[in-house]
Amino acid sequence: MLKLENLQLTFEKGTIGEKKALKGLNLSLDKGDFVTIVGSNGAGKSTLFNAIGGRYRLDEGSICLDGVDLTGLPEHTRARDLGVLKQDPLKGTAPTLTIEENLALAYGRRSKGGIFATNRKDLKYYRELLSSLDLGLEDRMKTPVGKLSGGQRQAVTLLMCTIASPKLLLLDEHTAALDPVNARKIIEITQRIVSLKSITTLMITHDIQMALTVGNRTIMMDDGRVILDIAGDERENMTMEKLLESYRAKSSRRLIDDRMLLS
Amino acid sequence: MTLLIGSMELGLIYGILALGVYTTFRILNIPDLTVEGSFVLGMAVTAVFTVGGDPVLGLAAAILAGALAGACTGLLQTKLMINPILSGIIVMTGLYTVNLSIMGGKANMSILGNDTIFTMVGSKTLVALVLAISTAAIIGTFFRTRVGLAIRGTGDNEEMVRAASIDADRTKCLALAIGNGLVALSGGLIAQYQLFSDVGSGAGIVVIGLASVIIGEVLLGRRGVAYGLFTAVGGSIIYRVIIAFALKVDLFPPYSLKLISAVVVMLALSGPYVKKVLRDKASTRKRRSMVKHIKEYVG
Ligand SMILES: Nc1ncnc2c1ncn2[C@@H]1O[C@H](COP(=O)(O)OP(=O)(O)OP(=O)(O)O)[C@@H](O)[C@H]1O
Ligand SMILES: [Mg+2]
Repeated sequence: MLKLENLQLTFEKGTIGEKKALKGLNLSLDKGDFVTIVGSNGAGKSTLFNAIGGRYRLDEGSICLDGVDLTGLPEHTRARDLGVLKQDPLKGTAPTLTIEENLALAYGRRSKGGIFATNRKDLKYYRELLSSLDLGLEDRMKTPVGKLSGGQRQAVTLLMCTIASPKLLLLDEHTAALDPVNARKIIEITQRIVSLKSITTLMITHDIQMALTVGNRTIMMDDGRVILDIAGDERENMTMEKLLESYRAKSSRRLIDDRMLLS
Repeated sequence: MTLLIGSMELGLIYGILALGVYTTFRILNIPDLTVEGSFVLGMAVTAVFTVGGDPVLGLAAAILAGALAGACTGLLQTKLMINPILSGIIVMTGLYTVNLSIMGGKANMSILGNDTIFTMVGSKTLVALVLAISTAAIIGTFFRTRVGLAIRGTGDNEEMVRAASIDADRTKCLALAIGNGLVALSGGLIAQYQLFSDVGSGAGIVVIGLASVIIGEVLLGRRGVAYGLFTAVGGSIIYRVIIAFALKVDLFPPYSLKLISAVVVMLALSGPYVKKVLRDKASTRKRRSMVKHIKEYVG
């Protein structure tokens, strides 16, 4: 489904600030996999997502999604099969456009309705989607998104990045900016949508507990590589302590600080 | 009365300019200086066609030429990665030569004695009114289509538009083309209205367009895109009426027009910020006096 081979990426190549963020990363995902990613700050997790999305060019390596080689394609072409959700709830929506207009933009090509952005059939579909969030947003479809709370905006963004049924969903700490109640809610909605549409998903989180319970597989990244990859029974029996222990054992860092992983 | 009607007509025609500026400045969120060149481009192209006996075709050609100029600016911004404002300045500067050469190397060109869209219909007011309103309606409808929505999204949150698998470079070029097409149409109509085209007419036209947009918003309120387009035209009319009366009562000499526009735009653009600063100051003062009260109470 997703096949990442020998990904290498360097920032500011050839300057004194040169930083190798991905150092030959390999990863392959099966269809329907929901993989959680943990790793300390600067491990290269977000860089990995940006490389998949096409924001940054790779030095080397290839990205293959569902048999299609994405490596040379521009950002917006890759976006057709990708849903990306970031930490900042302000980033994923257009604030002056209404909820329904935002959804219409995201639905875009998949919509069968004519040249106008919204039509009755689509609006009915958006209303259904919104009411499935259980946040009362289905009655505020004409409200500019900028007037919503962070949690509400993130929920709308989640709908937007899954509405066109992407092949791959990338979630980069998408609940980190929310309070615990909203974060839980968004995680529940995420799980529901992902299983309903069976979208292959990668989710970055610093919440180890969540990483081990949500999804079906967990990988740990460090210094631009995957250093741990667990699923099934091994993952079932994994605890936070054991995970930190293996992090200490495998991490390349000398000054080991557990908080780096957790924060 | 003639003064009022005259400024109404001018307001409507320059209202189309305001629609163009609204498209780039408010919707795409880019202050586009190409406008200074494309306004004259519209004048020059229309003048040449009008002298050749094709006034209506001239206006259509003006729209196309303006759109082309806007698209050039868009390409500089998106494909050559030149700063948006600089891109506009570059194209505007280049257009100066283009405009001169269209007019046969002369700085101005008279179309006196030729048929214009105004003489063909017979009523200047009617032509101005119908064209301004129908243009606003067409553009308003366009912004409700998928492509139109993509343009609005690009101005609002470009990253999100790209994430929705839309080519934001293309929507930017398209918006700049539309904006400058409108500006050129306005220029062409002005040429036919005043019966001459002048290569210097573009100077300060951006600020005049902005002033119209902002006056409309301040006096008529902000309420969505479709409404915004009509307030831009309304603002343009109000602007012309104010100017006409100020000149009439000899409040200002005629050459003060641009300074007035500049001041209007400056005041309007700084308004929200100044308000915020004043509010913050007031609340700091309140907090201080509260702290003082508490200190007195405790001490
Ligand atoms: N645009 C950039 N320019 C230069 N260096 C960058 C850039 N983005 C990331 N880096 C560097 O690449 C490395 C990996 O960063 P990345 O953002 O991928 O980390 P991360 O694993 O997402 O960390 P966090 O958990 O803090 O989000 C870091 O050392 C970072 O400083
Ligand atoms: Mg990150």
